[in-house]
Amino acid sequence: MQIKVIGTGCDKCDKLYGNTQEALTELGIEAQLEKVEDLLEIVKLGVMTSPSLMIDGKLVVSGQVVSKDKIKKLLRP
Amino acid sequence: MEIIKGIWFFVQDQILGMKWLNRVVGNLLTSLGVDLESQLGAGLQFFIYDTVKIFVLLSVLIFGISYIQSYFPPERTKKILGRFHGLGANTLSALLGTVTPFCSCSSIPLFIGFTGAGLPLGVTFSFLISSPLVDLGSLVLLTSIFGGKIAIAYVVVGLVLAVAGGSLIEKLHLEEYVEEFIRSAGPVDLEAPELTTQDRLAFAKEQVLETVKKVAPYIVVGVGIGALIHNFIPESFVQEVLGGDKWYSVPLATFIGVPMYADIFGTIPVAESLFAKGAGLGTILAFMMGVTALSLPSMIMLRKAVKPKLLAIFIGIVAVGIILIGYLFNAAAFLFV
Repeated sequence: MQIKVIGTGCDKCDKLYGNTQEALTELGIEAQLEKVEDLLEIVKLGVMTSPSLMIDGKLVVSGQVVSKDKIKKLLRP
Repeated sequence: MEIIKGIWFFVQDQILGMKWLNRVVGNLLTSLGVDLESQLGAGLQFFIYDTVKIFVLLSVLIFGISYIQSYFPPERTKKILGRFHGLGANTLSALLGTVTPFCSCSSIPLFIGFTGAGLPLGVTFSFLISSPLVDLGSLVLLTSIFGGKIAIAYVVVGLVLAVAGGSLIEKLHLEEYVEEFIRSAGPVDLEAPELTTQDRLAFAKEQVLETVKKVAPYIVVGVGIGALIHNFIPESFVQEVLGGDKWYSVPLATFIGVPMYADIFGTIPVAESLFAKGAGLGTILAFMMGVTALSLPSMIMLRKAVKPKLLAIFIGIVAVGIILIGYLFNAAAFLFV
């Protein structure tokens, strides 16, 4: 599983990154977690708001910090 | 008809304008021994009333607006716009600008996303002009302070400016003045995530907290300046410098407003007290539009995406548009006041 937390290094992005990390740990999922902070990279992904969360190339969160529980649901629907 | 009128004025004055709150604050201050007739007392009353009113309206508004906005993330806006052409696309772009969450800090990803998706430059600029200038929040706040007629007129001319400005930029064929890295980005189509009602409510709540935190200093400073103007600046001075009958008042207000960076919520109390002191209606609208549509930080951001020439043309068009709107409203002020 490939997970990307996308945002230009703001507080909210760090928070979303932290929540995602916790969700992964609690679920015991092995995943490739990546922080995308470079503007050009973000644009290449087609994302226009931050913070956003992408799981295997699919945008699941756009412009919002979501809770750990919500991320868990997104990881294991 | 009379009943409808009555209900409307009740909504305008008591619910949106919260005139009752002013009386409550006044009574409270009087019971504390403050003389409301004195300059200081009146200033204090204005400060407390306006701060509370704006924060309450702001919180309720942002919640409602964010809920609506959660249906229009930029990814979806981009897709909707891609299906339209010509003036229709500019108009729709300006309208979507009013409901899409947007601040100057996200202008570049947005600009790149729109341009990369193959949207015409003019459509993107219509969006860039309308988004900070006109939003649902300003409509409600303006109704609360200046009344419904002026608020609607503000929104309409703001949208006209966005459509006209964008169309003009389109006509000038300035595509080559967009930075290379944007043109080479290429289109990426991304599905916007599906949201449940619960997600939308959570989003709206988050937006309220964040916006209140962000704009609180602007509001306090704005209301503070408003209170000062309200009670210490002589009416004759305001009329002399910013009166609607003075030809220089509109350009002056625009040039003061443009470099300033403040939220529309912080600008309104200043506008309110200037208006009460006899500044021209068009002059005040020009000032508010200058502050919200153009600001130094957003220009610096935009400079990363477009070359100086296009940036200068953009600023020029918007500034001239604002000045024209100012003169128009000063000339037609008798229709509104």
